[in-house]
Amino acid sequence: MDRLLAVFLDGLIFAAWLFLVSAGLSFVYGVLRVLNVAHGSFYSLGAYLAATLVGAVVGRGLSVLLTYPALLAAALVVGLAVGPPMERVLLRRIQGRDEVTGLLLTFAVLLIFEDITKLVWGVTPWSADAAYGALGQVRLGTVTYAVYPLALVGVGAAVGAGLWVLVNRTPFGKLVSSVIADREVSAALGVDVGRVNSFAFTLGAILAALGGALVAPMISVVPGISVEVIIVAFAVTVIGGLGNIAGAALGAVVVGLIRAAALYFFPELDLFLVYAIMTLVLIFRPYGLFGRPEVRRI
Amino acid sequence: MGTRASRKLAFIWRLFAVLGLVAAACSPAPSAPTQPPAGQPKIPGAPSEIKVGLVTFLSGAASGPFGIPARTAAEVWVDKLNREGGIGGAQIKLVIVDENVPTDQQVVQLRRLALDEKVDLVIGYISSANCLAVAPVAEELKLLTVLFDCGTNQVFEEGRYKYVFRTAAHTGIDGIGAARYLLMVKPDVKTVAGINQDYAWGRDSWEIFIRALRKLKPDVQVLDTLWPRLQQNEFSGEISKLLSLKPEVVFTSFWGGDFVSFINQARARGVFDQTTILFNNDGSNIEEFGKDLPDGIIIGFRGPHWIEYPDPNQNPLQKEFIDLYRAKYGKYPMPHGSYHVVQALQGVKAAYEKAAQAAGRWPTVDEVIKAFEYLEFDSPSGRISMAIGYGHQAVEPAVYGITKLDPQLGFSRLDRVKVFPVKCVNPPDGVKTLDWIDQGFPGAQC
Amino acid sequence: MKGRPPLRPLGAVLGLGILLGAPWILPGWLLFLLTLALAKGLVVLGIVLLMWGGLVSFGHGLYFAAGAYTVAFLYRFLGVREAAVGILGAVLVSGVLAGVVGLFLSRYRAIFFGMLSVAFSMILYAFLLKFYFVTGGTDGLRVPIPSIAGFEPPARDIRTVYYFLNLGFACLGLFVAHRLSGSPLGYLMRAIRDNEVRVEYMGASVRRTVYAVYLLSGVLGGLGGALVAFNVGHVAPDLAYWTTSGEFVFVAILGGTGGVGAPFVASAVFELVRNYAIKLSPYTWQLGLGAVLLLIIFFYPEGLWGLYEAIRSRLSAWPKSSSKR
Repeated sequence: MDRLLAVFLDGLIFAAWLFLVSAGLSFVYGVLRVLNVAHGSFYSLGAYLAATLVGAVVGRGLSVLLTYPALLAAALVVGLAVGPPMERVLLRRIQGRDEVTGLLLTFAVLLIFEDITKLVWGVTPWSADAAYGALGQVRLGTVTYAVYPLALVGVGAAVGAGLWVLVNRTPFGKLVSSVIADREVSAALGVDVGRVNSFAFTLGAILAALGGALVAPMISVVPGISVEVIIVAFAVTVIGGLGNIAGAALGAVVVGLIRAAALYFFPELDLFLVYAIMTLVLIFRPYGLFGRPEVRRI
Repeated sequence: MGTRASRKLAFIWRLFAVLGLVAAACSPAPSAPTQPPAGQPKIPGAPSEIKVGLVTFLSGAASGPFGIPARTAAEVWVDKLNREGGIGGAQIKLVIVDENVPTDQQVVQLRRLALDEKVDLVIGYISSANCLAVAPVAEELKLLTVLFDCGTNQVFEEGRYKYVFRTAAHTGIDGIGAARYLLMVKPDVKTVAGINQDYAWGRDSWEIFIRALRKLKPDVQVLDTLWPRLQQNEFSGEISKLLSLKPEVVFTSFWGGDFVSFINQARARGVFDQTTILFNNDGSNIEEFGKDLPDGIIIGFRGPHWIEYPDPNQNPLQKEFIDLYRAKYGKYPMPHGSYHVVQALQGVKAAYEKAAQAAGRWPTVDEVIKAFEYLEFDSPSGRISMAIGYGHQAVEPAVYGITKLDPQLGFSRLDRVKVFPVKCVNPPDGVKTLDWIDQGFPGAQC
Repeated sequence: MKGRPPLRPLGAVLGLGILLGAPWILPGWLLFLLTLALAKGLVVLGIVLLMWGGLVSFGHGLYFAAGAYTVAFLYRFLGVREAAVGILGAVLVSGVLAGVVGLFLSRYRAIFFGMLSVAFSMILYAFLLKFYFVTGGTDGLRVPIPSIAGFEPPARDIRTVYYFLNLGFACLGLFVAHRLSGSPLGYLMRAIRDNEVRVEYMGASVRRTVYAVYLLSGVLGGLGGALVAFNVGHVAPDLAYWTTSGEFVFVAILGGTGGVGAPFVASAVFELVRNYAIKLSPYTWQLGLGAVLLLIIFFYPEGLWGLYEAIRSRLSAWPKSSSKR
């Protein structure tokens, strides 16, 4: 029983992280039809800036509780600083070209940002672990958990709810939905697709950076985390269906629980299972567990 | 004509011009030859400089606790050696290469050092996987390669090499020392678990420890073994499992970023309150942990590489090393990577000097190799003897202790330090470590 | 025709001379890089074949790793140290793998093709990484120097022998690709890129075409992997990781799809530039790579080959231009 509880909680924690890093990727694809490989870079930048800010807060002797708004601030700064310029300068130029070009372009941006982070932050690890232990511990069953990762689950749920409300209950969200459904018709109806694109891409960047910032206290921030995260985010997004936020949430929960279970019962298979599921979903339900097939244009 | 093709062409010519200028600007200016300072006798025929490749982690999670201290220690020691005349008059020039590339790229890098940079020898490799990969290539290249830090015992037990040496003890001392020390401080231990990185070092460390422990106390029960990825850095799942299993002792060979992350995450979740953690190596800089390293951790130093052992007052090289390092960097040379690289440099110097003495001139690689086999030399870690691995593998005593915060020092010291002599924790020449353990340590002198 | 400089035969003779004389002209390190580039060029060629049909495979690391590990496993479990057997085994294994994977992949297009190919390669990666006692995990496996068709080359000639071995296979790949390009399959692939539905209406099977070319592409990938394994002497799970596949795609785009020689030229350029860029500035070479990729996407979509063709057409028009008004 204890074991199952531990698997469930660990799975949820991992799922929360997965959702945070995948939601933005899925959303951006839905609106812009671009698989943004540089999503990993935004994640990495968020983590680095978060580590920097946490270090600054602790270094000045300020209350450690201030590190939490610092994390959120890091995400916002990265998203707002990098998102709009990239969309404006690069993505608009390749509008209309096929999706693979978009993928290659964002891959190039990932490579560029990899080196930029090395130049700015150096290659030795940064740490933000002051924020990890500050919330204390809690005992669930017979296992003690740090509160911070559990709080992440709450944040993940909040972000998911927020996105849902944004897309389904706000006027702007209706515009976003219409662009996701059919870009050309929306433009024909007078929707400012450019503005929606900018907004969506920036939001995606903020979400990616948020994922990085929130996970920074739990890891060692080093070059290369962008490359590792993007493939996992990618797997989750595909499982849930590209462009589908609810799908991303479901995909995150599925992958999270399965990985946690694998860790306990079949440790050799944990990574293998994630990609195997991704493959199976792509083969049997290519548009994801929740996605809708797209009509092929001739 | 302004055709698209001709515009493209013009761009190409301009691009080449710019690249040419950049290349010219970046090429290093020829430097004036430096005079070897007075001090050591010059070996007849010595070149003005001896190029030594140094391969260590300059980036990634292993760089902070390991690779960079190894580099800084090497630079400090090479400065000292060069001040004293280098190696028989040849100034040592370090060519530093980042070890943070995948294993199959390591062999490419080694080739590059040999064929492109044309180094005289290579000192390198912290990661056990890399040691195993480069050893055969070093043989093919006929390049003298001194493994300075990696721990896997497999290097000279599963292969025979002429050009490869290791001037530090392998992880046999860590595992056997850990088992003996554990039984010394916790003679009634019943349950144990292991969490180790899933690669040669982690696998070897665990295997040696658990076999030695079982040999010395057969009723010990292993509750679980966990194998996270090297440099995984995030252990919430693994820690949950350990918390639910509640072993008395957790053995781990973590080093680098994993060491730091594991301690931080374990501490935040109260692991240290219910389990004793046993580290078979000082996987990170104890000084940098400051007051954050919990008390009661059993930790080994992969030999005599602690600031208090060997005693600086009795080992002048140790005193010099600590003083020089602190003078330049303001901190203690830790962890064992720093000591290991200095051991390697000392070994190389001693081998060249011994070979030169026998030959009466600057020696060939083969002569250096002959001198290196079964060599004994001094270092800050004490007297090192290349006693096993048919003369290519060094032996050292094992040093273990328990952490205890020293408020005055500002970081943790070692309590209950025990030094296990060389013949207690190293198998004899020609005997594989695991075989020696399984046979019950025949010939051990504790 | 009068006055046109005899560039082509001269260029060809010069090029051939350099290629054949490389082991004696080039320093050891450069020869090694070139040898590797030729082997990797085969993998890139495989990707280019698919790009004729508008399909970009981001998972070719699957075949690259499969070929390399086949060679390593043959040594580890069967003690085989013979290049011919290793290469045959790699070709067989990657062929079978491509045969199975191709059944699924040939039904997909555009971004889904890319995604599914990555997925398969990551499954292999996970397997290679985790099954330590079989695959050596992150340590990888050693590949000793093999005998070549029973013949043990003397130690100092090994690198020369490898160079010619790789050159031979590269030429074979070139030949096969050239024939494919002019064959019905080749034309069909290009037609599929233009408009798949029309190809179906014509009565040709799109799926079978893609499947056949994919099979060949996988075999080329496995062959390249085996050759690299012999050259480097070590295999590791990273061969199957998505960034390795991404690197091959980058080289394919760098070369362009215009000519069958492009993958090899681009591969050589890439290896050389990467080696010296890393040496010069280890923390900005990826930036350079990304910048070049952006340049190509925006300004030079035909890649190096397109550039070469532009230069060639400019030069061959050169004597005539003076007579233009």
